[in-house]
Amino acid sequence: MSATGIGASVRRKEDHRFITGAGRYTDDINRPDQAHAYFLRSPHAHATINRIDATKAMAMPGVLAVLTGADLEADKIGGLICGWMIHSKDGSPMKAGPHPALAQGKVRYVGDHVAVIVADTYAQARDAAEAVVVDYTVLPAVVDTATATKSKTVIHDVAPDNTVYNWHLGNKDETEAAFKAAAHVVKLDLVNNRLAPNPMEPRAALGVYDKGEDHYTLYTTSQNPHVARLVLSAFIGIAPENKLRVIAPDVGGGFGSKIFIYAEETVCVWAAKKVGRPVKWNSDRTEAFLSDAHGRDHVTHAELALDANGKMLGLRAHTIANLGAYLSTFSSSVPTYLYAPLLSGQYNIPAIYAEVDAVYTTTAPVDAYRGAGRPEATFVVERLVEKAARQIGMDPARFRQINYITKFPHQTPVIMCYDAGNYNASMKKALEIADYKGFPKRRREAERRGKLRGIGFSSYIEACGIAPSAAVGSLGAGVGLWESAEVRVNPVGTVEILTGSHSHGQGHETTFAQLVSDRLGVPLEAVSIVHGDTDKVQMGMGTYGSRSGAVGMSAISKALDKVIAKGKKVAAYVLEASEKDIDFKDGKFSVKGTDKTLDFGSCALQAYIAHKFNGQDLEPGLKEGAFYDPTNFTFPAGVHIAEVEIDPDTGVTTVVNWTAVDDFGVIINPMIVEGQVHGGIAQGIGQALLEGVIYNKDGQLVTASYMDYTMPRADDLPSFKVGMTTTACPSNPLGIKGCGEAGAIAAPPALINAITDAVGHEDVAMPATPKVVWRAAQKAVSKMAAE
Amino acid sequence: MAAVSMTVNGKAVTADVEPRTLLVQFIRENLKLTGTHVGCDTSQCGACVVHVDGKAMKSCTLLAVQCNGASIVTIEGLAGADGTLHPMQAAFREHHGLQCGFCTPGMIMSAVDIVNRKGSDLDEHTIREELEGNICRCTGYHNIVRAVETGAKAMAGSAPVRQAAE
Repeated sequence: MSATGIGASVRRKEDHRFITGAGRYTDDINRPDQAHAYFLRSPHAHATINRIDATKAMAMPGVLAVLTGADLEADKIGGLICGWMIHSKDGSPMKAGPHPALAQGKVRYVGDHVAVIVADTYAQARDAAEAVVVDYTVLPAVVDTATATKSKTVIHDVAPDNTVYNWHLGNKDETEAAFKAAAHVVKLDLVNNRLAPNPMEPRAALGVYDKGEDHYTLYTTSQNPHVARLVLSAFIGIAPENKLRVIAPDVGGGFGSKIFIYAEETVCVWAAKKVGRPVKWNSDRTEAFLSDAHGRDHVTHAELALDANGKMLGLRAHTIANLGAYLSTFSSSVPTYLYAPLLSGQYNIPAIYAEVDAVYTTTAPVDAYRGAGRPEATFVVERLVEKAARQIGMDPARFRQINYITKFPHQTPVIMCYDAGNYNASMKKALEIADYKGFPKRRREAERRGKLRGIGFSSYIEACGIAPSAAVGSLGAGVGLWESAEVRVNPVGTVEILTGSHSHGQGHETTFAQLVSDRLGVPLEAVSIVHGDTDKVQMGMGTYGSRSGAVGMSAISKALDKVIAKGKKVAAYVLEASEKDIDFKDGKFSVKGTDKTLDFGSCALQAYIAHKFNGQDLEPGLKEGAFYDPTNFTFPAGVHIAEVEIDPDTGVTTVVNWTAVDDFGVIINPMIVEGQVHGGIAQGIGQALLEGVIYNKDGQLVTASYMDYTMPRADDLPSFKVGMTTTACPSNPLGIKGCGEAGAIAAPPALINAITDAVGHEDVAMPATPKVVWRAAQKAVSKMAAE
Repeated sequence: MAAVSMTVNGKAVTADVEPRTLLVQFIRENLKLTGTHVGCDTSQCGACVVHVDGKAMKSCTLLAVQCNGASIVTIEGLAGADGTLHPMQAAFREHHGLQCGFCTPGMIMSAVDIVNRKGSDLDEHTIREELEGNICRCTGYHNIVRAVETGAKAMAGSAPVRQAAE
């Protein structure tokens, strides 16, 4: 392994600009003569709009335009779309209500977009918004996930009972038979709490229209600028793709919430032409809470069937998933194909059946948030498994071990074919790092101090790099999930990599360069990564679902193969040898059995000056592209062990130890991978202990700032003990599985399992705030007192 | 309009601003120093932390006119004139204390302030408590804590930043 190649903890190339304040985020970009947009949002959860009167606002200083849904309609601008078709059990398509970028006749959640005010300054636009008179007829709110379908209030005419779809997966009859044969049945009712993704950079957009070229440019906080262009062009109808450039510059975190195509960027780019000036919008944090797509929000009843020896026989789950007021871009896929296929966990479960009812409510749209469906599935499986071990009196680690899948490939009853893994290796290592054997002693010691100590496991699996495209197409996806790459070798041997992946914290500028440096033998400094601009990178699917290593880097690898193959042809002419006798290693082409060599840079120069070969026999230049479509999902998996101490007097839970052992396949940069694990765990602990979006019964968002929504802070978290095991992924050329979401998937059940272990019963809801835990702890306190 | 004048990163600046202009708006929009970020609007996240007369302050919660006559250091003014990184900047890079980079300028400015107030021998508990006013969504703080520990030690013996900038 070289100091900069695959497997090296290279310090990040992108860091210098971030630590010196030279990063360039969307809100840092300004265009001459730009105007500012402010969105007038609905104060009501549900209302019809009778009239919008902007006369007074239009007369205020600096105001250029007040635009509404009627203006969008007049310009034939289409609504926002949901790009994944789900069919109900009865074969009927999901009920997708209209989703205009500015309300047309009705608002359906607090924060819904009523009008946009464009003015010379942001302050003028915001002042003018207060002068826009909107006459509403307020309608009842529908807030509660579990009872949304029982409400008499209709949110969308196409869905009279507020049902988006009733979907299922698995074999119902086989699963029922398994439960009939069971010696033990374990049951749980679980709520997966609604979360606000909260990347630290709020969303922003800057729309620019060039009259001379009849061309639009949109700077936006996107995880996938090409998908944004495709949707804005082909579905919303802003402009044809060749007349629309989308640039996603430095993006300050995404966690899924910046995948989606939102009202604000649509309106900014459209309004730029209407007002004849660039139009900029930057979200404030409360707007982010109101209108960024939320995550999770499931209500589930789940059961696990076991035989007399504790072997799993079957699993069934019924889930109600809240999709909010409108179907966001990929929302429909999250509680279906990103959820139920993971219900087998790491276990050999012969029969599984899942039913999912997706519902509309008058709340912000819900879509993918770090893990997207997989955290929800893992929470169901790992909470059930922990409870099952307790119910039958078996050690929770042992219970998992006797049920682990050990032979690969393994076909589960719910679509997935796991290609490789060694679950027991991760468990063994995790038990060792966590000093599981020493836990009873630590517990007794904590009891002496009046504290309740608990330990909890999570043996998670996830599916990353969703693919192949044909398979996801058959499941309803409106897009292919390949990735593209182009390798441009310059005449002096420096290299530019154009990738369809997008980095918003993942460190692609470093890890992708490591791959190139490793393969071409060029120094890291000679490699630049170009991403996030539809004018530079031809096409791409962006970054989400931990796909950029497994899919994005595989595309680069494929293009590098082509560059090396072409380089061999050039070298053969230069070295006057047969192409089949040319080897390439450590940055040098050589002729087998001789000392004749040509370094990579010289080969590149020869390719461009084209003096040593005939242009009819070999094309000049050294530039290759590739599209890579994987053969399967990848299946990262691992074991997390949480250890907590609870103060029974206050209900405060302290996370005292955290062990994570993950199998991510081949790792390019361990430092970056560990960083991803840390961040994921923090978000998972946030979900389990601190975070929760709350709407009151009127549909008002109660948690709309950092004063009300508890973000994990440094003093809420421990340092993490991170270990790795490795089985290479056989489904892509690099053996990578992906690591971005693992922590957020694994952590919540590990933590709740630890808390329920400490308090001695299962009824602990997320977020396990001091109030929740104090109540739960009182039973344990009485028991301790009695002993 | 109100006249303001202050020193920012060693340079004297003056401007006429609307009285309601926040210090962070003045820094970002008037001075085009976009390294200072706005992440929340409620003085919680700390992405906007700058040094005002040597103390860490949240520039989203100060009016520009309140800083009349003050000496301000932003993230752009932390490195040496020759581009040499401040030890805290170098420590964040060395320990992978940043991912998306958005909270990083405020995090580094707060970290320097912690060392100025608490000295360079900081234990993990102190660092975590002192970072309470800075939110990071990417790193889980693990590597930020390592970075601050290291940066603090490296700062020992070097002049406090407020003196270096003046």
